[in-house]
Amino acid sequence: MRHALSTRLWHWINAAALVVLFMSGLTISNAHRRLYWGNYGFAPEDAWLHVMRFPGWATLPMFRYDLAEARDWHNTAAWLFAVGLLAYWIVILVNGHFRRDIAAGPRAYTPQAVLGTIRGYLTGENRRAEKADYNPLQRIAYAFVLGVFLPGMVLTGLAMSPGIEPAAPWLVEAFGGRQSARSFHFIFAFALLGFLIVHVAMVFVAGPVKTLGGMIVARSPKDRAHG
Amino acid sequence: MAEFERRHLLAGLAALGVGACSRVGESETASSIVDTAESWHREAHRALAGRQRLAPEFDRSQVSPSFRGNGSLTVDTPEYRAELANGFPNWRLAVTGLVDRPLNLSIETLRALPQRVQVTRHDCVEGWSAIGEWTGPQLSTILDAAGVRPEANFVVFRCADTLYGRRYYESVDMVDAYHPQTIIAHQLNGENLPEKNGAPLRMRIERQLGYKHAKYLTGIEAVASLDDVGEGKGGFWEDVADYQWYAGI
Repeated sequence: MRHALSTRLWHWINAAALVVLFMSGLTISNAHRRLYWGNYGFAPEDAWLHVMRFPGWATLPMFRYDLAEARDWHNTAAWLFAVGLLAYWIVILVNGHFRRDIAAGPRAYTPQAVLGTIRGYLTGENRRAEKADYNPLQRIAYAFVLGVFLPGMVLTGLAMSPGIEPAAPWLVEAFGGRQSARSFHFIFAFALLGFLIVHVAMVFVAGPVKTLGGMIVARSPKDRAHG
Repeated sequence: MAEFERRHLLAGLAALGVGACSRVGESETASSIVDTAESWHREAHRALAGRQRLAPEFDRSQVSPSFRGNGSLTVDTPEYRAELANGFPNWRLAVTGLVDRPLNLSIETLRALPQRVQVTRHDCVEGWSAIGEWTGPQLSTILDAAGVRPEANFVVFRCADTLYGRRYYESVDMVDAYHPQTIIAHQLNGENLPEKNGAPLRMRIERQLGYKHAKYLTGIEAVASLDDVGEGKGGFWEDVADYQWYAGI
């Protein structure tokens, strides 16, 4: 599939920002390894989840605990991530990429459509087909990532900021309190990690040369040979 | 934004792309990028919320069952123990620096001033939160009584406690110093401030994280610049561990 310059640019900037945000986020999680619902929480008995201590190879900075530096990475990359996401949303709404390729209408959600796609993956039919558009499962996945989980990261992040709260107390209330926002931030982050794992696996299933080529220079080697 | 700052930012964004290497975080360019990002956060918060917008206040019924103490949990001196046992009869809050009338205030004097009572949520940089009801005079009342001079840009909070052998301190700019919810609390949940929460006096800086809320308060100093205070970064954790001076995020 050919990708517009805006998509290729945003994809890689966003990927880099997400890696930095996720790894520095693991350090921040290590600073207090319990999650709560509501507005307050600090005691073990208040927690709904006791989070594992994330190992040094997975955190940023790597192999040492430095909350201040992790927060610097996190709060700097957050600008890149949030502004990039907003800009990308504006572009894909204006150029029609969202409506044409991603927006999942009711027909994408029918069991038939989903099962048909899964069957296609199992039989290898999806791989062989040089498809110009996304299948129903891809539309659902991209719509949820772009529409729910990525903006959810930004909004729950903002809701945790004591400097934002006086300007937008409704945002904190919408998530059910500051500690709930923190819990959703964590849940959304791992939902995105799950997406990333499947996403990368699918790149390999579909042929990494073709798909990566498409996301870097907009055309696969085959396109180029023909073009 | 100055042109050289923009260049640093671009260099840093490029660095993010080429690899999340820890060494990047130690370079001067990187530290100027994160400081720039932080000042954008501060300016965005101030632009969105204005100077006077309040942090949410809760109902008294919503206070958390206990209020965690963190950082220093006491002042480890015989003088402090004696004061604590006797209700702090000799404790003084000194108001000094760029003021027309330096003050030396007893706890009784602070209690006699107009009081603000606020039920607010305390957010620690580590991630936890607690809700408590705080009582005390507004810092603005005391700054006005002392007559802060126009050249003062920051208020430094001096503390009795030490961590890692250093005296704790913190600072805010005049926006937060004059914010209506910035109070010198002497009560938590209607009782005298507990030892672990900073008895007899602590700051409440409600739009910033917990490390700004200096405990065991002994002095308030109006200054023009933070360069000559401590190591020049504006606070204990800022000096020791490079925490951001603006803690609104």
